[in-house]
Amino acid sequence: MTHIKVTVDGTPYEDEVAPRLLLAHYLRDVLGLTGTPIGCDTSNCGACTVDLDGATVKSCSVLAVQADGGTVTTVQGLAEDGEWTALQHAFHERHALQCGYCTPGMIMAARDLLRENPHPTSDEVREALEGNLCRCTGYQNIVRAVLAASGQQVPEEATA
Amino acid sequence: MTDQAVKAAAHEIGRSRLRKEDARLITGQTNWTDNIQVAGLLHLAVLRSPMAHARITRVDVSPALERPGVIAAFTGADLAEGLGSLPCAWPVTEDIVLPDHPPIAVDEVRHAGDPVAVVVARDRYAAADALEAVEVEYDPLPPVLDLEAALADDAPLVHSDKGTNRCYTWPLATGESFESARQRADVTLKRRYHQQRLIPNAMEPRAVMVTPIAASGEYTVYSATQIPHILRIMLATVTGIPEHKLRVIAPDVGGGFGSKLQVYGEEAVALAVARRLGRPVKWTESRSEGYLATHHGRGMIQDIEVAATREGRLLGLKVDLTADMGAYLMLVTPGIPILGAFMYPAIYKMDAYEFNCTGVFTTRTPTDAYRGAGRPEATFAIERIMDELAAELGLDPVELRRRNWIGHEEFPYTSIAGLTYDTGNYEAATEKALALFGYDELRAEQQQRNERGDTVRLGIGVSTYTEMCGLAPSRVLRDLRYAAGGWEAASIRMLPTGKVEVVTGTSPHGQGHETCWSQIAADVLGVPFEDVEVVHGDTRSSPQGMDTYGSRSLSVGGEAVHRAATKVVEKARKVAAHLLEASEQDLEFTDGVFAVKGSPEARKTIQEIAFETFTGHDLPDGVEPSINAETVVDPENFSYPHGTHLCAVEVDTETGRTRIRSYVCVDDVGHVVNPMIVEGQVHGGLAQGIAQALYEEAVYDDEGNLVSGTMADYLVPSAADLPDFVTDRTETPAASNAMGVKGVGEAGTIASTPAVVNAVVDALRPLGVTDVRMPCTPERVWRAVKEASA
Amino acid sequence: MIPPAFEYARPSSVGEAVRTLADAGEEAKVLAGGQSLLPLLRLRLAFPELVVDVGRIPELRGVREDGDTLVIGALTTHHDVLRDPLVRRHAGLLAEATATVADPAVRHRGTLGGSLAHADPAGDLPAVALALDAELVAAGPGGRRVIPAREFFVDYLQSALAPDELLVEVRIPKTDGWGFHYEKFQRVAQAWAIVGVAALVRRADGHIAEARIGLTNMGSTPLRATAAEQALSGADGPQAVARAAEAAAEGTRPSQDLSASPEYREHLARVLTRRAVLAAGGTG
Repeated sequence: MTHIKVTVDGTPYEDEVAPRLLLAHYLRDVLGLTGTPIGCDTSNCGACTVDLDGATVKSCSVLAVQADGGTVTTVQGLAEDGEWTALQHAFHERHALQCGYCTPGMIMAARDLLRENPHPTSDEVREALEGNLCRCTGYQNIVRAVLAASGQQVPEEATA
Repeated sequence: MTDQAVKAAAHEIGRSRLRKEDARLITGQTNWTDNIQVAGLLHLAVLRSPMAHARITRVDVSPALERPGVIAAFTGADLAEGLGSLPCAWPVTEDIVLPDHPPIAVDEVRHAGDPVAVVVARDRYAAADALEAVEVEYDPLPPVLDLEAALADDAPLVHSDKGTNRCYTWPLATGESFESARQRADVTLKRRYHQQRLIPNAMEPRAVMVTPIAASGEYTVYSATQIPHILRIMLATVTGIPEHKLRVIAPDVGGGFGSKLQVYGEEAVALAVARRLGRPVKWTESRSEGYLATHHGRGMIQDIEVAATREGRLLGLKVDLTADMGAYLMLVTPGIPILGAFMYPAIYKMDAYEFNCTGVFTTRTPTDAYRGAGRPEATFAIERIMDELAAELGLDPVELRRRNWIGHEEFPYTSIAGLTYDTGNYEAATEKALALFGYDELRAEQQQRNERGDTVRLGIGVSTYTEMCGLAPSRVLRDLRYAAGGWEAASIRMLPTGKVEVVTGTSPHGQGHETCWSQIAADVLGVPFEDVEVVHGDTRSSPQGMDTYGSRSLSVGGEAVHRAATKVVEKARKVAAHLLEASEQDLEFTDGVFAVKGSPEARKTIQEIAFETFTGHDLPDGVEPSINAETVVDPENFSYPHGTHLCAVEVDTETGRTRIRSYVCVDDVGHVVNPMIVEGQVHGGLAQGIAQALYEEAVYDDEGNLVSGTMADYLVPSAADLPDFVTDRTETPAASNAMGVKGVGEAGTIASTPAVVNAVVDALRPLGVTDVRMPCTPERVWRAVKEASA
Repeated sequence: MIPPAFEYARPSSVGEAVRTLADAGEEAKVLAGGQSLLPLLRLRLAFPELVVDVGRIPELRGVREDGDTLVIGALTTHHDVLRDPLVRRHAGLLAEATATVADPAVRHRGTLGGSLAHADPAGDLPAVALALDAELVAAGPGGRRVIPAREFFVDYLQSALAPDELLVEVRIPKTDGWGFHYEKFQRVAQAWAIVGVAALVRRADGHIAEARIGLTNMGSTPLRATAAEQALSGADGPQAVARAAEAAAEGTRPSQDLSASPEYREHLARVLTRRAVLAAGGTG
């Protein structure tokens, strides 16, 4: 077992963990922070994306021991005093989720993009989200939501 | 309530209400099955066959018991007592071959991934480790992989006790004989199309947790399922646990697309193990495990033949379908191709239709419903061959369709397959789509590129589809030998404080029923949208239901909510009339308020009526103190969404790469409750249909191993692989339900696959290409070009 | 889904890491960013007894200049490589190719050294390192040695590193003034390259003076398209480039897999080489 200290969503934790414990399982099974789901075993789907020390990682592909001393932000730590972030608002308002399983990872990936590129084009959004799979939305509303959260004008849908 | 608030509550249906479901999903406060923890929870792991087909000569789980943290381990034989065969609810013919399907294999494994043993441990890591200690010896048997070879007399058998790999033969013939249509025809065309196997890939992997109360023999099953109600009945049957002692809960469920319309072995095994151990047990699938263990979709060979006149009028259609059942019959496996049987004639008029389907067992993961379920396959084949016929006759593909489709003035129209299409307007949807697409301009550009001999060609694909959804009239299901009905239940509870609970038998997993059912109830009852709560997915709180699949939820379940709410208003009217000392006929009900005609100050809100009913102090004689209402709706007919999809692709003839340049669809799903949600359903459906056309395929090698066995090999497209879609609607209300709705869950998937492949072939037709097998990979496109020019 | 159990060491210096590896023998695995290793562990395709986490050795990170050579620490992440101004100025091909590796989250963790040491011929960076004539510096019990990229990739997933050696630096001769392009052909954005072509082109007197072509996924190791390189020397104009690119698949032995047949890969190598060279400025 290895001793680790990790701050998650503002709360410091210390635990003895097996070296093989995945960060995703540490969050879910040890800390009970189940807002970060797991969708695959090959790091393709991105559902488990969290922020580690200021950059997104797929928490299924990071060992908890690698996060020792680090600061993790999950989707559960985004809202402050219950106030949603612009991205959370945009995902809601643009109907960027259906079943919602990919949503935590999508929001974390989009947050990372906007930090690096505050005014991305539609194509840049699509490329930045290439590591996050969604089976429900066809992505179009996710792209719109990210553009809207970046403060850009996004056309409303044409449907009657 | 103020007048203004009352006003605001009106006209919910048709509004793009933001979803009630979102708050928990975008903040991570979700309740996926795998999230749920209880004291003493044990984790189950499943050991699966690495071979496609083998006799099990020995299984020894005792070494696993020595591993740290392991509580128990079981073989198939250990659990066979008290665990029956997994159910097939749709034996499509009287003489169908129904093999035994033990939840854990006992003597023989019949596909890679067939379970052979389970271990139960204190955590998921220990359970995974202990699997490696289980000892299994196999005696290999020949795999059965080729659908046609499997039907040969001397073929090795998937189920040797059955003496054949032929599961069933299901024929349908209507109108004149195809042979006589052929004799009258100027042109006949015959084609073979392949529906590759697909893996549904709901983003949430499956999971099941069972918490027992051993002393009283009660069990709660949490499952990532689309069908908590059906699952409860079936688990009672499989395990012998009395139905009333089983409670099934579908918590937050992360997508299904048919893959969670199932009664899975792991669900039965988790229940059996929890019963055996008297302790809570959870199993969560990993993605690559799910690729073997969760049912697949499609998997068919389609031989299709059309007979037509020189002018392009269809005379007859003949379809010979060979469908891969996989190793076992699961819940509705045999019925999936049969759902398609009625859809091959699509929107076209013709005089002869012959259909025949042969179900075949193979040593692969079982197939079953995947978004569209039989109807995408049918639509693909007819829409592909319509393009081939157009090319043969030198007609524009849109014009050929125009010459054959049912005119809007001809509805209701009974199709050659026997379905009565209630309403539709194919002309309107097509005109709108052509205009949005810029069809003529794109055709002009295509011609220029062809004349220049460009390396990158432009192709235009059309698909004019209809589908039968809103499953289903119970009597029709009887005729199709389906074991249950197709009704849906709803009840409405008017709470004393004026709030409303809508209890639905549908079981959403991304569709937004909490939002849409609130809109319907708010509209009918005239209460604020925010005051409505939708209760679903728990057999204790919503005890009656047929669940969610087949684009049925709105047209059957939503209709039930509408009818239940209407009943509430009628019950409330009696009380209001009494309290206002007026006759019922003299009351108007508008925006939640009963008012006496001519004296608008005499009024009662429905919330006031709810409270008065709760106290029961002043009710008319003979009226019981409740205005709650429930209803069960059995639809009279299917609903028939339709639409026109147009796709433009650029195909790099040098590399074979296809890029979708534009995609336009105009769907007619009747009246809509929430346009935003409808649009989202269309987008998602398009993505899955395009994925079948271009990207996805479950590939097996010659030994029957699933080669595309992880998400790194099975190519689910990302945002970077898909285009923006242009979506629009026409609105021809359905006549078969009060709301005029049709359903939208599958439309995009059904329509898009042939539109894309038609576009790819259209791009290459000048080079001599007449087909590209799905998925249209770069190499397949490149080979098609190469072979055509050779 | 669940990695097998292993022992874990987290050395804080290269020396300590090398000693740890030497003590462990063949049963140890180096963990850098973990973006190749973790999926292997999760699918239980690797069972190391010891995982040596070198992720906290600061001297392994960063980019510096050493005369005409760019020196990149093995632990520098893809994310840092593709944004580094020195890399962009002096090894633009590497920056461009690194931007196509996996996705942003994987690029945050994955490292240049890890990608090269993994020696996957389907990875993008091995072919790029070959084209750049990179040198790889390994630290072992006996000190450091320099391995030319041409000798580094031994076989499928097999590098020239000994079990007790750690890749510490990648030395890349600056390619200022060279045109470059990485042409990656894949089925979906996240997928491995079916074929990738890394092209470097130096022009002089209106024609191609020198071209270097690295091939991704055209054999059990990354390869140089030597015949095409020779044919490109002196080539002038698109037709000449096209003719030279016809030699791109010579000497390759591409595999058959889900995405492509060998024949198709050879075809792609020719087409993509032509395109890569033209994009790299092969027409002036």
